[in-house]
Amino acid sequence: MHLEYNVEGGDFTRAGFASSQIKKTLKQLNVDATVIKRVVVALYEAEVNIVAHAYRGVIYADIKGAGIQLRLEDEGPGIADVDMAMKRGFSTASREVREMGFGAGMGLPNISENADNFSIETTVGKGTTLNIEIKF
Amino acid sequence: MSQTTYHRALEIMSDICIGCSHCMKVCPTEALRVSGGKAKIHVDWCIDCGECFRICPTRAIRVMDDDFKHIFDFKHRVLLVPSVFYAQFDENISIEKIYAIIGELGFTEICAVEQSVDSLLNEENEYLKNAVMPAISSFCPSVIRLIQVRFPSLVDHIMQLLPPIEITAQYYKNKFKREGIPESDLGIFYLTPCIGKIAAIKSPVGGYASPINGVINMDFFFNKVFLAYKQKLPITQTVKVSREISSKGVLFPTTGGESVHIEGKTLAIDGMANVIDFLEMLENEEIEGVDFLELRACDESCAGGILSHRNRFLIANSMKEYAASKPEKHNLTEDYKKYCSAVIHMEKIEPRSMVKYDRDIEVAIKKMEGARELKLLFPGIDCGACGAPSCEALAEDIVKDQADINSCIFLRTLYEKRGEMSLEETIAIMENIWGKDRFIKKK
Repeated sequence: MHLEYNVEGGDFTRAGFASSQIKKTLKQLNVDATVIKRVVVALYEAEVNIVAHAYRGVIYADIKGAGIQLRLEDEGPGIADVDMAMKRGFSTASREVREMGFGAGMGLPNISENADNFSIETTVGKGTTLNIEIKF
Repeated sequence: MSQTTYHRALEIMSDICIGCSHCMKVCPTEALRVSGGKAKIHVDWCIDCGECFRICPTRAIRVMDDDFKHIFDFKHRVLLVPSVFYAQFDENISIEKIYAIIGELGFTEICAVEQSVDSLLNEENEYLKNAVMPAISSFCPSVIRLIQVRFPSLVDHIMQLLPPIEITAQYYKNKFKREGIPESDLGIFYLTPCIGKIAAIKSPVGGYASPINGVINMDFFFNKVFLAYKQKLPITQTVKVSREISSKGVLFPTTGGESVHIEGKTLAIDGMANVIDFLEMLENEEIEGVDFLELRACDESCAGGILSHRNRFLIANSMKEYAASKPEKHNLTEDYKKYCSAVIHMEKIEPRSMVKYDRDIEVAIKKMEGARELKLLFPGIDCGACGAPSCEALAEDIVKDQADINSCIFLRTLYEKRGEMSLEETIAIMENIWGKDRFIKKK
């Protein structure tokens, strides 16, 4: 099953919509609760990253019997130093973003920990694509 | 009554049901459908919240309870009364009068359900030191069942402690044992303001066997007591009343009555829709730094209980006034600490997931894709004319072969417009869903 969601940069009031929808879908499919939790945590972080850092993005989800494949493509500034971004606590989020409770800099490591497979493709000045795979 | 693995407290009486579909619209787990002009319940999805009972205009939904006469099987008949019961009455009717009538109706002893609250709160604060945060109160049985069915990933958050009713019942069992009274002589009865509690006692979550011998519905018992009052029933029996209760105990079943005594950051949320909204957020891990959640299915908590008949705000207010007349501590708390506990015999609470499409995930995905395509054909107004609560629910029913695509009145109109369906066919479908009687002209 293929699902697609558009994400707008800066629209924090709607951040988490795609995660909620995908969660609902997985629950209806009777996927194990602990697996759903991992999907939601990883996806929510990634979704908020688009809202907080990029201009816009699209979330593609492919759900099969074996697992879920998520692809989050954004148009945005890209990540200059991926190794640094993967470190816990590192954040480039602006003060406004942090005041809203987002941008604690735990995003990428947290996504990676919850995923069975995780990869980042990024081009500075163009955008970032995350691939997240979680097996059922 | 239809039997499933879970005891259910609600039953639809088909002869009284007029198939108005009000219940179908309010069910939080979409467990109801209308077919053949009658409401039908999907038993595994029912969480005994009683929203259907509350809204039913013809009282076609019956609450299963124990036969009142059953109390006389016992020599000692203890009634555990929740503080919300006394608040059902007008302030002019004294509580002493109510006690006397309860005695006259057959009980030998009366005790407040919430007598155990003081020792329970101590145990809660102790328990919360090592619990999964935020811990969710185990008090409201409908909330526990809601979590099991709709939020299985959160079951670990439910506090594994018994609710006050079970602890008070334990105390009585123990007290009679200490007095040397044989167990078979003692009947412990619970007067319930809530449907969920009935199922919770009959098949408790967590594999605990309740010492309660029977459950009595509060609306039924209110009528009995009030009638006796109105008819000035002569009092010939004496009844023993345990008057020990603290203000904490009286207010425990009201909104905030539990959370206010819990250490740390706590929230009190009442009303099914509010609880569901919050659990969605909790499940998404959007909630941080909260230690304890007091979640109650009914608006104004037990004051708005399904079997409560008076206005819930007036009830809550009466409870506040009653609490003001009670001390902060009562004299039996130490005894409770000595003889009973909320932590015993409670096993891990198991998720109870509702199978939407299929147990096999490949099959489930196929069916879900089918349902999503179907949904695009439907108008999205959730009118319920098909006998399902929403367009989405109809689409799900169709892929499970439990409904037909022609059930949708919009699609039927379209087929008629195209000349693909006859008037007779569409009438037959409507009759199938809503019953033949509906389409006979009444004089």
